[in-house]
Order: sequence, then C-alpha cells, then structure tokens
Amino acid sequence: MSTNPAPLFQVDAAAVRQEIGRERLITLYRRMLLIRRFEERAGQAYEAKKIAGFLHMYIGQEAVATGFYDHLDSRIDSSVTTYRCHAQALLLGLDPRELMAELYGKVTGNVRGKGGSMHFFSKEKKYLGGHGIVGGQIPVGTGGAFSAKYLKTGGISVTFLGEGASPQGTFHESLNIASLWGLPAIYVIENNRYGMGTACHRASSVTDIAALKAPGYNMPSFTFDGLDLYASWKAAQQAVAIARTNRPVLVEAKTYRYRGHSVSDAALYRTKEEVDSYKALDPIERIKSDLIEVKWQTQAELDAIEEAVMGVVRDAVKFADESPEPPLSELYRHVYAEEA
Amino acid sequence: MSAPLKARRPINVKTEPINGFKGIDLGDGTQLLSMRMALCQALYEEMKRDPTIFIMGEEVAEYNGAYKVTKDLLKEFGPGRVIDTPITESGFTGLAVGAAMTGLRPVIEFMSWNFSLVAFDQIISNASKMCYMTGGMFPIPLVMRGPNGAGPRVSSQHSHAVEALYSHFPGLIVVSPSTPYDAKGLMKTALRQQNPVCFLENEMLYNYEQELPVGEYTVPFGVGEIRREGTDCTIVGINRCVHWALEAAEALAKDGISCEVIDPRTIKPLDIDLIVASVRKTHRCVVVEECYKTGGVGAEVAAQLMERAFDDLDAPVGRVTTTENPMPYAANLEHETLPKPHRIIKAVKLACYR
Repeated sequence: MSTNPAPLFQVDAAAVRQEIGRERLITLYRRMLLIRRFEERAGQAYEAKKIAGFLHMYIGQEAVATGFYDHLDSRIDSSVTTYRCHAQALLLGLDPRELMAELYGKVTGNVRGKGGSMHFFSKEKKYLGGHGIVGGQIPVGTGGAFSAKYLKTGGISVTFLGEGASPQGTFHESLNIASLWGLPAIYVIENNRYGMGTACHRASSVTDIAALKAPGYNMPSFTFDGLDLYASWKAAQQAVAIARTNRPVLVEAKTYRYRGHSVSDAALYRTKEEVDSYKALDPIERIKSDLIEVKWQTQAELDAIEEAVMGVVRDAVKFADESPEPPLSELYRHVYAEEA
Repeated sequence: MSAPLKARRPINVKTEPINGFKGIDLGDGTQLLSMRMALCQALYEEMKRDPTIFIMGEEVAEYNGAYKVTKDLLKEFGPGRVIDTPITESGFTGLAVGAAMTGLRPVIEFMSWNFSLVAFDQIISNASKMCYMTGGMFPIPLVMRGPNGAGPRVSSQHSHAVEALYSHFPGLIVVSPSTPYDAKGLMKTALRQQNPVCFLENEMLYNYEQELPVGEYTVPFGVGEIRREGTDCTIVGINRCVHWALEAAEALAKDGISCEVIDPRTIKPLDIDLIVASVRKTHRCVVVEECYKTGGVGAEVAAQLMERAFDDLDAPVGRVTTTENPMPYAANLEHETLPKPHRIIKAVKLACYR
C-alpha cells in the first residue's frame, strides 16, 4: 500500500453546481438515474433468466462516466471501456431499447444479439465498445486518439479501465505510446477497489495508481472522489482541456461498485459494513438531495423524473421481451465484412 | 494471371537498386524486382492512392525496415505515415485496431511473426472478432505483415511458422505468398478490403527476383496457382515450401514420377477446389509446409480431401512439415527439421508406393 495517499482533486461543490447550472444538473441526475434503473431492471431480468452469461453492473460508479461524457462531443471524440459498458452506451444516447434487447440476445439488439452485456458499440457515436479481456481495450482507445490526431478532427479519446487492468502490459504500452507521440487521450482508471475478488492492494504495487504512475509516463494526472459528481465533472473538464492540446492525461476515480464483479459474484471478500459505508455516499442520492436543498427541484418534480425514467426502462424491457431472436441466417453473417 | 517463376536475368547489385519501391524497367512492359521490392512497391502505390493508409512498426521508418521492405517510404510519405514504434507489439497492434475502427487503414509490421505472439490477444480477441461481435458495425481493415517461418540458423524462438495458428480463427485472412508477383498483387488486394489480414512473408525469399508487369494488377484471395503440371502426385506447397516442392518435383521427374505442384497462395480462404481437381487427376497428395504436423495446414488439407475426394485417393495424404521439435541451432539438426526436398521426395515416393 502506498504510504502517502495521493491528495484528492478538490472542488468547491457549490461553485461547480453553479457552473453546471440548473438544467444541466437535472439532466446529469436523470442520466445517472437511468443507468441505475436500467441495470437494476436488467438484474431482475437476469434473475428471471431472461438474460444470461455475464452481467457486470456499474451501480455505484455512475458519477464517473456521467461527469466525463458531459464534456465529450461524440461527433469527434471516441470512447472505449471494459465489459462494464452499459453506462457509457446510455450516456452516449443509445436507445435503451436496443441495449436491453442486446442483453436479451435479440436481433433488434445493439449488435444484433451477437455481443451481449459486455459488447455494446456505436459507430455513429464513436463508441469503440465494451471489451471482455481485462486491459485489451486500452490500446484500442489509444488508436482512437491516434486517428483523431492523424485525421486532424480535433477529437480526443477517453479510455475507461478498472484498477485491476493497470498491472496488464497493455496499460503500460498504451501510456508510453500516448505520451511519446503526444496523443489526445484520457485514461480513466475507475478504481472500484476490487479486481473481481482481489483487493487493489493485493494486486498493485501502489494503490494510488494515477498519482504514482503518471510521472513515469511524463503525464499529468488527477485523482478524485468518484462518488462525487461535482469532482468527476470538474476533473473531466480539466482533463479534456489538456487532452485537446494533444497531451494525454491519466485520471483515477476512487469509486465503488455495490454489486459483485458480475451477477454471479456473491462478493464474500468484503463486509456488509464496508458496502453500506459507501452506499451512504451514494452519488445519485447526493445530487438528489442537493437539487432539493438548493430548490432546483421539488420532490414532486423528482418523482416525475423517477417515473419518466422507469417508463423508459419498462418500455425497453417490453421491446426486448417482444423482439425476435436472431434468425439462424445470422450465424455466419459478419464473420467477415460485407463489402459495400 | 502470373509471371514466369525465373527472371531472365538477375539484378546487377553493383549498378541497380536492390531495395526500395522502384523496379528495374526492362523496357518491354516488365520490371525486375526482388520480393522485398515488390512488397515495397505495393505499399508505395497504395499509400499514394489512399491517404488513410499508414505503416507502423519497429524500425520501419528511419532504419528503413529491419529487412528493408519499407525502404524510402519515410522519405516519400514523412513521419506522420511511416512510423517507428517502441518495441511494444501488443500496444501498436491494439492501437492499429482502434485506428481501423476510426477511419484509418493501418499496416503494421511485425519484425518477425514470432513477435506477433506478444500481440496475440489483440489479433485474436480484438482484430479477428470485432466485425462479428459488433454485428458488422466495425469491420477491421488492417494488414499485419512481416517475415514468417525459419530464418537462417536463428533457432527456437525465431523460427515459428504461423499459417495454421492464425488460420484457426474465423475473421482473419491468412496470406502466404511464394513469389514477388503474388506478394505485390496480394498486398494490393489486402489494402483494398475490409478484413484483418495476416500477411506472411518469408525472410529467405526477400531476395527472390522476378519480372513483374509494370502496369497495375491485383491477385485475389482464395485463388491458388498450379506451379508445375504433373500426373502422378499432387504436392501442395506453402510459401517457401513451394520452391522446395519444385526442387523435389524436378528430381522426382528423373525417377519417372510426374508431380503437380500447387501453391494455394492464401491459406484462409483456401482454394480447396484447385487441390481437389488436381487430386482427381493424380489420386495422390503430399502437403509441404513449415508449420508443425499436429493441427497444421496439411492436417486441414488432408481432412478436406477426405471430405471432398475420398474415393479419388489411392494413398493416404502425406504431410511434410517442420518436425515436432523447437528449431535447433546446429546446422545438421536444422536441415533435418525443415521440410526440405529430400524429405519431400521420400514422402512422394511413399504416396506412390515406390
């Protein structure tokens, strides 16, 4: 364990709230809520055996991606993440119907029922997807940054990874190249404290990964409280500004997942007290109470948001449930590209 | 279409270029090039045509390529398109996959395919599966190239032949040219299609010279070539083994055995129709490759012949492969490990019950 914990990126919550503004903060709240309700409902569908395979939940981590995507322009900025990939897709505005249908393994799904929970993508939104091999997506994200610089689009790339991926060689290789070549890349380590069942300090030589490793790549870094949307939003704003000058940035969000690594993980490696201590800091509840406190929303208005979000999720489930399975003619389709 | 296997004259190494993208114009619509020059010319012409093509790898730019395949490309296209990488195969292969997903057409050089194993996860889990697992959303137009197979006396870790290994995976194209003509034509095809291509060259063939047309041509994937016609036994040769098969065929002809030598040129897709047609004529087949016997290309050809031409076979399909040991350094052991003509001759005679 590192002896000198990295100082967390400090934000003045009231000032950031003002900067974000009322309408936008309500939107961010609504987006986080959609991620959570979508996944909670997916979890129920899994229990009902409508969804199978892996299902890795982002619940607890919503503030991290929500803060970042608010500063991205998906016409030019690409992004890529791990198998925990639902939030990014929702934040990019992909249709919850096609995402739920993908979880259900239906032909109307995001990738025609061929990917499932770990593989959401969007060409239009430059979402280079959810990836199933730990660390495998990091060079891919670096490629997105390379293209942006090569094609002079002004875009950047954001690569999300778990702290459990930082010991992989691809992490080192990507950061070295990004720094060496001055690529417009942000690497966001979502440190949710456990790589599957292994606590960070049992897997990594340092637990403040960004702060201690970034200097080795001659890169600036930010470490922030990932349960705090204001910190995430502000850190993202600054990281994006740096990346747009063709300089890579390493960011670490100290966050937490409430659920197991995937739905099949009973999470016996941590205590109920520990989980509850993080739930007390819930990123969505915090923004919700803020909205009431500063009188930007009434309880009735928040209830209406809740109902609207639930309506979207119910509609997605209905669509997924009623959609057909892929026809068998899909089996060999797309093994190779279909020529234009 | 093809070109004669032997050039009318060799390159004059004292007065003529031995690398780079400019062929030696012979004035009759043909040009004299070595394998490395043919590859370089294909890259040059396609990079001129398509600004999204770039080449990246260890020593490809300022050093002009470890084997000089990319000679002068840096001078022509600049450091933005001909890019030296650190020694970081997994990193630059994955980067190329990401670049291919975002509007570019990368060519990456593995200094040798031995080093591709460092990037295996990126090639298999990302490049080969991306088109399928995105429901066709993200095809990967990527060319991975470099020398494959045994080099001269470089022993265990630098002598892998990876045709069979990469052919195992749906989603990849595996190209293994034996001539400069095919290398150029297949490279141009690779750079005009949308799938990840493992382009397997051979260090020992880089100096092989041939007369190529000056004009534009391409060689399609999945179409093999008959290198020598014969009636008694079909020999399927892969890459460098085509030349060993031709040597063996020449010697066998003196013993009254007429061999037909087939060069599939691409392993995936494989021109099994051409092989089946030949076996319907000769009723015998020996496959020669630098991969290992277990799960090798020969195993696949033999299985497909069993499925397609069982009743046409008069003998079991023979396989002459790298023997099942890591490549040894000692000259005599290396010689015996490789599928050289003396072993091919023995296998053909066995197939012909001679």
